[in-house]
Amino acid sequence: MTITLNNRTESFKLETYTIKELLAEKKFTFKNLVIKVNGNLIKKDKYSETKVKDGDKVDIIHMISGG
Amino acid sequence: MTFEEIKEKLKYNIVGIAGAGGLGSNCAVSLARSGIGKLIIADFDVVSENNLNRQYYFYEQIGQIKVFALKDNIEKINPNVQVEIHNVKVNEENLTDIFANCDVIVEAFDDANAKQMLIETVLLEFPEIPVISGIGMAGFGNNNSLKSRQIDNLYICGDEKSEVSEENPPLAPRVNIVANMQANLVLDILLNN
Repeated sequence: MTITLNNRTESFKLETYTIKELLAEKKFTFKNLVIKVNGNLIKKDKYSETKVKDGDKVDIIHMISGG
Repeated sequence: MTFEEIKEKLKYNIVGIAGAGGLGSNCAVSLARSGIGKLIIADFDVVSENNLNRQYYFYEQIGQIKVFALKDNIEKINPNVQVEIHNVKVNEENLTDIFANCDVIVEAFDDANAKQMLIETVLLEFPEIPVISGIGMAGFGNNNSLKSRQIDNLYICGDEKSEVSEENPPLAPRVNIVANMQANLVLDILLNN
């Protein structure tokens, strides 16, 4: 699949990934992430069941302490 | 637009500021100077000496409740701004009462969990209200790493990388830059609508 991840086009081997699988593939291990798929907020308890497919727009924002 | 026209427009606007630390105190002061009508500021903390390396407080205010001290400081700069303060720790429940009437909400917490809670709650409960978050500003230097980007109604300001630690403390210049990027985006959103 080819998706837009954080405004960049990225291609992946498989046709579909769950958010959990996508995070593992990208090695995003950070504890606090805000994730949107096609504009919809995906909370942590839905990472295993939410699927990402070709053409999707995915935004993954790392919540970093400081302010 | 002249400054008079800008003030005339902004005086009807309400901006929520979640957190009155390095981001929130400086962002609030810039919005007050610009002529915003009303600020709603929430924080539970008190001013400590180590806050003074970046936050808009004075030495004599050490020990004061931050939202009261910040209201005093804003009123000294621009007494025309209405400042509504909430001396509470913001959570999923009280957030929807405190910030319900805001035109824009500024996320100005320091803790990653609190940032996530605020962003997710605003996106779910108030999808029509723009939320402007400050993420990644520890340390010094690297001017050009500080950017902003928009994801629908969510705006992120900062480098999205530099986490605060003992060896990478938050300092006035970069924290103020991000606080003012947030204030600048507030003006952009309010004045272009």
